Amino acid sequence: MAEPSLAVEMRGIVKRFPGVLANDHVNLAVRTGEVHALLGENGAGKTTLMNILYGIYHPDEGEIFVKGKHVRIHSPSDAIRLGIGMVHQQFRLVPSHTVAENVVLGLPRPFFFPERAARQKLREFAQKYGLEVDPDARIWQLSAGEQQRVEIVKALYRGADILILDEPTSMLTPQEIRELMATVRRMAAEGKTVIFITHKLDEVFAASDRVTVLRQGKVVATLETSQTDKRELARLMVGRDVLFRLEKKPVTLGPTVLEVKNLHVRGDRGQMAVKGVSFHIAAGEILGIAGVAGNGQRELAEALAGLRPAVKGHVFLKGKDVTNQPPRVLARSGVCYVPAERPVGTVPNLSVAENLVLKAYDQSPFCNGIFLDPEAIANHADRLIAEYGVATPSRETPLKLLSGGNIQRAILARETSCAPSLLIAVHPTSGLDVGATEYIRQTLLAQREQGTAVLLVSEDLEEILQLSDRIAVMYGGEIMGILPAEQADLETIGLMMAGIHREVA
Amino acid sequence: MTIWDQILSALRAAVPAAAPLLYGTLGEVTAERSGVVNLGMEGMMLMGAVVAFAVTQATGNVWLALLAAALIGALMGLIHAFATISLRVNQVVAGLALTMIGTGISGIMGKRFIGMPPRVQLKPVPIPILSDIPVIGPILFNHDVLVYIALLMVPLMWFLFYKTRWGVSLRSVGEDPATADAMGVNVFRVRYLAVTFGGLMAGIGGAYLPIVYTPAWIEGMTAGAGWIVIALTIFSMWDPARALLGAYLFGGVRILQYRLQKLGVSPPLLNTLPFVFTILVLLISAGETMRKRLGAPAALMKPYAREER
Repeated sequence: MAEPSLAVEMRGIVKRFPGVLANDHVNLAVRTGEVHALLGENGAGKTTLMNILYGIYHPDEGEIFVKGKHVRIHSPSDAIRLGIGMVHQQFRLVPSHTVAENVVLGLPRPFFFPERAARQKLREFAQKYGLEVDPDARIWQLSAGEQQRVEIVKALYRGADILILDEPTSMLTPQEIRELMATVRRMAAEGKTVIFITHKLDEVFAASDRVTVLRQGKVVATLETSQTDKRELARLMVGRDVLFRLEKKPVTLGPTVLEVKNLHVRGDRGQMAVKGVSFHIAAGEILGIAGVAGNGQRELAEALAGLRPAVKGHVFLKGKDVTNQPPRVLARSGVCYVPAERPVGTVPNLSVAENLVLKAYDQSPFCNGIFLDPEAIANHADRLIAEYGVATPSRETPLKLLSGGNIQRAILARETSCAPSLLIAVHPTSGLDVGATEYIRQTLLAQREQGTAVLLVSEDLEEILQLSDRIAVMYGGEIMGILPAEQADLETIGLMMAGIHREVA
Repeated sequence: MTIWDQILSALRAAVPAAAPLLYGTLGEVTAERSGVVNLGMEGMMLMGAVVAFAVTQATGNVWLALLAAALIGALMGLIHAFATISLRVNQVVAGLALTMIGTGISGIMGKRFIGMPPRVQLKPVPIPILSDIPVIGPILFNHDVLVYIALLMVPLMWFLFYKTRWGVSLRSVGEDPATADAMGVNVFRVRYLAVTFGGLMAGIGGAYLPIVYTPAWIEGMTAGAGWIVIALTIFSMWDPARALLGAYLFGGVRILQYRLQKLGVSPPLLNTLPFVFTILVLLISAGETMRKRLGAPAALMKPYAREER
């Protein structure tokens, strides 16, 4: 069965994590010189499978063949020796070091820093594959697209002819994605084998020769890309037919709820992360904030939730100046906040019921002066669990035992059940499966119909375009422009994400 | 003595006073660059001191004494490495424990040496020609061999840190162990080596005290040098060259403490000087934000485990 033209063959791979079967007898065959897409939802086991191939995880069962030879891969260095390179979703680059230092990191020789050799190789890659990088630039100064190029160069420098790209487009602007796809095709044309992990159907068609679909740890199908279509792949990936459009009802805008004027906020390193941002949101409106991660979106949201002081500028809520008010005051005035990194915003060890009253446990009906009212808390929990479809064994289960999607439902239940006037949602669906994502998005739209002003921060352009009434793009701590959703297209937003100013609507 | 002579002799005295601090700081900088804080420095220096004194008394050989001090320091470093890297014990707790153990054991071991003069001690070796240079000569080039070695280690370590594969690996492990691991650097080995080396340097720094600086064993004779080393590591922003500057600054403060005493300033007050300095440095650098801005290794105090999801 082992055809000579196979670059990688994985047979019967099983990998268990506590409570999860991440890979369930997975078979994967990748031909030499092809671009092979590995398609699946979050949690389908794509990354686990590739981490096994790269030696980061060890399979519980199964065999791996590389270039026809049976191999055991114990660590990334074994993988590198076999000519396998991997570009992780979170870049594995040391931010404070230079490009050249990152490229030679971990090489067994020579002992002294190979200054000249590194430069020459980098030039060669630039010519051959269009991978331009400045060897002396420090990583933190580079854009996500450039950092990714460094990652690819790093793998090539180690002699990789099998390249694994894990969700390579998640941090890129649409233009950068197009460049990447061209580079991938060019590498395949030069005889390299590329495996790329994705959950985006468009990318499968943009670059791949063949595609393997994973669902819940199992291979569902391996197909020639040219002989399939979007609908078929989506069904294979999710296991049912998928709605590509959400229904968005027309809503009459109410009065302005949030007004932000010339807001300045500092980031973690003390640098100015938000530089003079101004916008407003009306009741019944969703303002989407798009942008590549790290352009001040998180700091902006945290400042509006009262978690980060504003250095300059003002925030008005329903006409009242609430600049630098503590979170509790803001919460009482109707500001609700769904934070980005999921355990944030919950107390993982407390029960679902306790987490659901975190914002109001000191108030009637949950508390009468000193004592909590367990009955009121339990009733409240049961009602929200039913209403928001939180799948939990019981209301007393510690929240941390729920899946990501259900934790997010619980957070959303707590934040939206009190009829907020402003809802701030940061990456509300990142890392969730298609079902949970659909539900969260519908909840946001329902909030909009009830007259809540919604600030949606997301890196998922698809999500921003689907939900928002107006779209603001942040770059370098500033708003590049605000467009009405009907005028926004990927091209324009992509340019603004790369720092090119547009008009303000 | 004129004022000028006073200043010259103070500067000359500051150089050996700084030597143990420099050894300790270079060791701690290395350990912290790999991502491991070692608060056991005080205990390791004390153990180095008492073992060095004991071996000197037993053999009459200073070099054997130094070797033994380096080994005991390295051994304690290895224990810290095992606790923090393999067992992933909290680095602060493990370090404090080692300081307490070192303080206690050195006190017991040293009981019988109290009041004894050492059988031998290192003598200054003036470097020909260089020591005849006016002003600089006597300040820098008329000391014992250990001072010269400490001075030479600074450029050597700077070169290792920034110009070799080892240095890139070490710094990467402290900044981003997951990345280093993915690139085939053995994170555990690098950290073990760095922490053990840190202990070794602490042992040598401690040994300097009874066999050169204050030729006697006094219980707790490091007098907080191990803590000053921790502050100096931050003060030097994890850089060997700035460690040199910091060590001499603090060495100077220690000497100042003796000189000002003669002018009638209260000795107990002066004894607090190095610690006032230490507290100032720690105050300025304590905040998470400030540490990041100063360039603290990003993975400092963070244990690394590979198969965590």
